[in-house]
Amino acid sequence: MIPRRFSAELFAALLLALLVGSPYAQAPASPAAYSVLSKEGRRPLPSRTIAGQEMFALEDLARLFDFTFREDATAGGLVVTIRNQTIVLSAGQGLASAGGRLISLSAAPVHEGRAWFVPVDFVSRALAPVAAMRVDVRKPSRLIVVGDLRAPRVAGRIEPMGSLTRLTLEVAPATPHTVAQEGSKLVIRFDADALDAALPASTTPEVIQNVRPGEGAAVIAIDLGPRFATFRASDLPADRGAGRIVIDVMAQAGAAAPTAPAQPPAATPEQPPLLDLAPAGALRTIVIDAGHGGTEDGAKGPGGTLEKNVTLAVARRLKAALEARLGVRVILTRDGDDTVALDQRAALANNNKADLFVSLHANASVRPGATGAEVFYLSLDEYGEDAARAAHAESESLPVFGGGSRDIEVILWEMAQARYIQESAALAQAIEASLRERVPMSARAIQQAPFRVLVGANMPAVLVEMGFLTNADQEKQLSSDEFQNAVVQGLVEAFSRVRDARGAVGRSGGPAQGPGR
Amino acid sequence: MSRRAAIAAAALTGLVALVWLLVFFIPRHSAPGAPAVTPGQSATAAPERKITATLYYISEDGMSLVGAQREVPFGDPIVEQARRIVEAELGGAPPSLASAIPSGTTLRALFLTERGDAFVDLSSDVSTRHTGGALDELFTVYAIVNALTVNLPAIRRVQILVDGKEVDTLAGHVDLRHPLQKNLKWLATAATPALDGR
Repeated sequence: MIPRRFSAELFAALLLALLVGSPYAQAPASPAAYSVLSKEGRRPLPSRTIAGQEMFALEDLARLFDFTFREDATAGGLVVTIRNQTIVLSAGQGLASAGGRLISLSAAPVHEGRAWFVPVDFVSRALAPVAAMRVDVRKPSRLIVVGDLRAPRVAGRIEPMGSLTRLTLEVAPATPHTVAQEGSKLVIRFDADALDAALPASTTPEVIQNVRPGEGAAVIAIDLGPRFATFRASDLPADRGAGRIVIDVMAQAGAAAPTAPAQPPAATPEQPPLLDLAPAGALRTIVIDAGHGGTEDGAKGPGGTLEKNVTLAVARRLKAALEARLGVRVILTRDGDDTVALDQRAALANNNKADLFVSLHANASVRPGATGAEVFYLSLDEYGEDAARAAHAESESLPVFGGGSRDIEVILWEMAQARYIQESAALAQAIEASLRERVPMSARAIQQAPFRVLVGANMPAVLVEMGFLTNADQEKQLSSDEFQNAVVQGLVEAFSRVRDARGAVGRSGGPAQGPGR
Repeated sequence: MSRRAAIAAAALTGLVALVWLLVFFIPRHSAPGAPAVTPGQSATAAPERKITATLYYISEDGMSLVGAQREVPFGDPIVEQARRIVEAELGGAPPSLASAIPSGTTLRALFLTERGDAFVDLSSDVSTRHTGGALDELFTVYAIVNALTVNLPAIRRVQILVDGKEVDTLAGHVDLRHPLQKNLKWLATAATPALDGR
């Protein structure tokens, strides 16, 4: 089979050569140029197809990769010198010597007058090992990544699904990003040096006009159509370390108003200062924990509403609202009906260096009359001496190899939350204050308890009980768009105040006692 | 002959005395009062004797725990008394209050350590039949922790086990991986208003 195909290609090349008249001077239409991505930026590298093989001009490579080459007439080949190493190529031979080692190329170098052409794999098989460069040649996307650059592959598809249009982007490897609405477009910013993106064409121009590279090296812009109402973005893990971004864009139903919280946050001039929120730096990442899930239903209302479904619905709305309005990165501990261990939830926040952690719950009581929202933060009394030690852990100076010493913070990881109690209390107050303006609160609206999901969180963390599912009225509320949006609005406003407070502290030179994160 | 008979009789007497000493006298006097007395006492006294203990229930509005004085069977030693208290806590609530423990929950075992830690092993109903509310879960845990630590000062801390095993939580909230101390903050404060119209 292979020889036959090869001979077919050869035949085609010969046919073309005959038709064109000169074998190489006017080679078949050049394929799209490659892009070389390095610290210096993105530079084009044209290729040519010669005898069925895609090839680069050695001159172009010499300029991009900074090497010299000379013909060796006696040997009938040429010598490439890069970083004091040599690669010896011979005309008509697929074998080359690279730094003294014999390597095989997919085709022999071709010379045409004074110009030399080498196959594409010359870059990865000969240049990269000899020059000790890290080179990633991605043929499908015609990209050559040089050095330790992060250029995740992004592939997308658009599916119309009734009143919403779903844009799914597979990102490999999974890469931190934010999704935000900026005027008439949605902007996805990746924490990467470049994108290796294959973007889909839109099939629903009235909602999504166009998906295109945005302004910046690792930005995708989604131009929204005239019927755009609101959107919801969520992250899911995909196979082999890849991530999946799902953006549901909702179309306006006739003249109906958008249902999700798309209004800007109400201006509240009398915001109390949040000076306790000490750590410097902006609010970048928030982890939202939808309580329970999978085999753990959580509380259950008299009408059959399950806590795990309410918490997930609110978590998804909150994520979309926070991304759109605060432009922060939001990670959900689950984005489906999954069983997630309590340890894993805090660990996800710790591993993503989240700035805040909020766990969403709905309450239940043996008393059907119990009603109102509550905000909890961790109490340490129950943990005895461990907590005190974790709270007051100071860095210890430890000797290191080769002399000298190094300050190492020794904390009990399991009790990570102990150091953030003050900030968690301030966060709880901010949330309680802004929820109180929107939803009924319980008589004890702020409380401290030894909650398992909070204790391991290495950042300010609270647990919000949005209301009592066992109360028939509240069960209806908790399932309603109106109530869920009110909770989301309250939380977004609280987080935005926290962000402002942190920004203010950051501008004034940072905290005196904040833990170094 | 008669002298021989006298020696034999003396030897026999000595032997009998020795046997009596070994079998009856020494055990009774070296372990005073151990076997015979206590079973009789507990068998006759236990059903009648009661103590008054403070047990904990959920308030009328569902937002706090309430202490109530109740009669609990007397138990001795202390581990036995602890069992009686937990069993009473698992039983029904007085009028107008609600039990903080899911119905059907039984006490499988109760152990005490020398350090004053009590391990209370409950049947899995305490989890599977729980309302799942965070407050209710706090009330379940602290009804048991407080009932033991308040009534039996020798018990300093309480750890709840389920079906003989350590658990993370009962219903997904309260951290049960460590023994917990008495905590009265979940009790209603003096000014808990009674809900109108109920």
